[in-house]
Amino acid sequence: MKKSRTKAPLSGYRVLDLTDEKGFFCGRILADLGADVVKIESPGGDSARNAACYRDLPLDERSATWFAYNTNKRSITLNIETSDGKGIFKRLAASADFVIESFPPGHLDSLGLGYASLREVNRRLILTSITPFGQTGPYWDFAASDIVAFAMSGIMYMVGDPDRPPLVMGMGQAYLQASLQAAAATMIAHYYRETSGDGQHIDVSVQESMAFISAFSTAVPQLWEFKKMKVRRGGPVSVRGELVKRIVWPCRDGQVAWWVDTGVMHRQTEGLVACMDTEGAAADLKEVNWSQIDLMKLRQEQMDYWQGQFGRFFLGHTKAELHQMALQWGFWLFPVSTVDEVLENPQLKHRHFWTKVVQPEMGKIITYPGPFFKSTEFAPRRQRAPSIGEHNEAVYQKELGFSGEELSVLKQLNVI
Amino acid sequence: MDGKPAIDGVKILDFSWIIAGPLTTKILGEYGATVIKVESMLRPDAIRPYLPYGGGIPGVDRSAVFSNLNTSKYHLRLNLNNERGLDVARRLADVADVVIENFTAGTMERWGLDYDSLVKTNPDVIMVRASLQGQEGPFAKQGGIGLLMQGLAGLTLLAGWPDRAPVGPPLPYTDYVAPWLAIASIMGALAYRRKTGRGQLIDISQMEAAEWLVAPAIVDYAASNRIFHPMGNRHAYAVPHGAYRCRGEDRWVAIAVFTDGEWDSFCRTVNRQWTNDARFATFVDRKRHEDELDQLIEAWTVERTPEETMQVLQSAGVGCGVVQDGEDLHNDPQLKHRHHFNVLDHPEIGKHAISSAGFRLSETPARTFRAPLAGEHNEWLCKEILNMSDEEFVELLTGGAFE
Repeated sequence: MKKSRTKAPLSGYRVLDLTDEKGFFCGRILADLGADVVKIESPGGDSARNAACYRDLPLDERSATWFAYNTNKRSITLNIETSDGKGIFKRLAASADFVIESFPPGHLDSLGLGYASLREVNRRLILTSITPFGQTGPYWDFAASDIVAFAMSGIMYMVGDPDRPPLVMGMGQAYLQASLQAAAATMIAHYYRETSGDGQHIDVSVQESMAFISAFSTAVPQLWEFKKMKVRRGGPVSVRGELVKRIVWPCRDGQVAWWVDTGVMHRQTEGLVACMDTEGAAADLKEVNWSQIDLMKLRQEQMDYWQGQFGRFFLGHTKAELHQMALQWGFWLFPVSTVDEVLENPQLKHRHFWTKVVQPEMGKIITYPGPFFKSTEFAPRRQRAPSIGEHNEAVYQKELGFSGEELSVLKQLNVI
Repeated sequence: MDGKPAIDGVKILDFSWIIAGPLTTKILGEYGATVIKVESMLRPDAIRPYLPYGGGIPGVDRSAVFSNLNTSKYHLRLNLNNERGLDVARRLADVADVVIENFTAGTMERWGLDYDSLVKTNPDVIMVRASLQGQEGPFAKQGGIGLLMQGLAGLTLLAGWPDRAPVGPPLPYTDYVAPWLAIASIMGALAYRRKTGRGQLIDISQMEAAEWLVAPAIVDYAASNRIFHPMGNRHAYAVPHGAYRCRGEDRWVAIAVFTDGEWDSFCRTVNRQWTNDARFATFVDRKRHEDELDQLIEAWTVERTPEETMQVLQSAGVGCGVVQDGEDLHNDPQLKHRHHFNVLDHPEIGKHAISSAGFRLSETPARTFRAPLAGEHNEWLCKEILNMSDEEFVELLTGGAFE
């Protein structure tokens, strides 16, 4: 059966997207599931459109972040602080299926547009609210940005080199994680809504979303609870409260990612040792019974000694050579890619992952990451990010029935 | 609210292991799905040795990481390399709503548990395959884990200092992207199937999903040929923005000032003279003198605990947060308010804190029950779901199907 847009799970559903950077990505995920995601920007556009990405970016360049995460959406302008704006929003909400927002807690309530009010006009509506710490609680009104939430999540303490301050992870990772979790939660609520007819309010905390992930591979809360141990940063290593294992290594022309595996995964280490042996570089690594090594009993000095040998081998080869060897000998080595290398990656190219669209504001063809899943039923759209209010006519005139004159008046009044 | 969970009457057959797949099914389980975790103890889930162990005693069911990751699931100890064991898996796949796995491409094919095989007897099954790099392509068969693959994905760029090679995330960061996308797409597929009767195969490449975390750098490079290098703790349009040492051993706060208004409040709290200092008059000035400013700020923070610093600056409306460690998380009043940690009892580990995801649903809250022990539900699953007779169950048991 042919794939079509109408077979996407959220085909025919509408999202009203009021988010800033805390929620752009959430909206994009819903768009990829087929929803008509309508970005509602203030008249003049989201301020985030102008936020420069890097320190040396000329101030009149458009924000790569905005374009990256707002592809596949439409845009209307609307000022929901005005009484006309509120009325229009309620009309849209009455027939929408989702509203996603990231205003400070209580803001929508203060405008008479909070969950209780929206539920009155549309019982099926799902409202997803993303805030730094949640809707309520002792920190509900804390000033926050990505680095603040990231710091308070427990993750930042583990990132970076021991001889320097802890590091934030760039490009707003706490916000992205919150968006990811918000999208998952929204779809759980969507399934429930489809079976019960009831919408609900989803309260997403950026801090808590990031704190959640500290509990798995890194076991941050457990190591304190069980052993009063803190998981400290150690550089390019995996931190797990036990033996420290290096994960990023210098090689002749850059870096590679690999680590020493023992126990169940021992074969990949053996693969590297066998490969090194063909160059006479395996030495006493050949004598080690990797499957039997118990990391709980191994001394750090012994691990460091072995890592020294592996490290010297890597230094003698380029990324490309090592990657080839890894594929041939079955060890889990991956070159560390710079951003240009990511775009050249043969696997991603084979999968037709990159999406090229014309982006008028930047005056050129832009390359974006593509859909994050493939389905046998549908193919997600590949549509450039909208210009400010690009779909005002389509939504306000064609759908809501405003005349051209009325739209001019609303513009004058700064409602749209 | 009528007490029903968000996901009612849905059976998920879970072949996944380590983090990405199990995290997906942990969440689906606590929102009401019946998750059947299939695992052979001849090749146990590689997450089982992750520390800490309950009581410091090693054991397959004693890891507090495994138990946190596998709450709200039923356990079927099953050997897929045993003919009878594989048959049980196929029978369960016939009645499952969703089948999920995160093996390297080709693994499920070997067992005849790939999508094309499953739809022969369960035509509307929903299958999710969350492999490292996708089901086809030149690198599809390369084994690995997210912790290392993230280097190839470009995620090492996410953390580092301008004067050093990047260090990257110290955890398998890509494992925390695919689960949320898997959940979203599974829920979408289930809703779609309710309306149309049609299932689907969803193919997620963990690497492709992870590219979204570095999308701005990719878009920027494609547009301008700028190669991204991490900037430490600095931010293009905020100053000050960074981590500052406080009183105590390895104690820090993060401070972020974006607007002129925040800068004024910041100065009034830390040092009023800075409002008259030509070095810091405008944003551009502050950026030019960022090193000096950071040193001056740290001279102030280093005399205070991070908690004091955070309270003082937050009272002035300035973004500041303690760089929290494990102890801080357990004492965090906001996380307490959200009941982030729920203590559950476990037969081997005893009572310990289970973490909550970052969202709360107002009508259908999560209901979490403890992680299962290995093989705990073999009998129940075989009899209840497969209507197996006692005789057959014993036959399978003695024949090695349940190893």
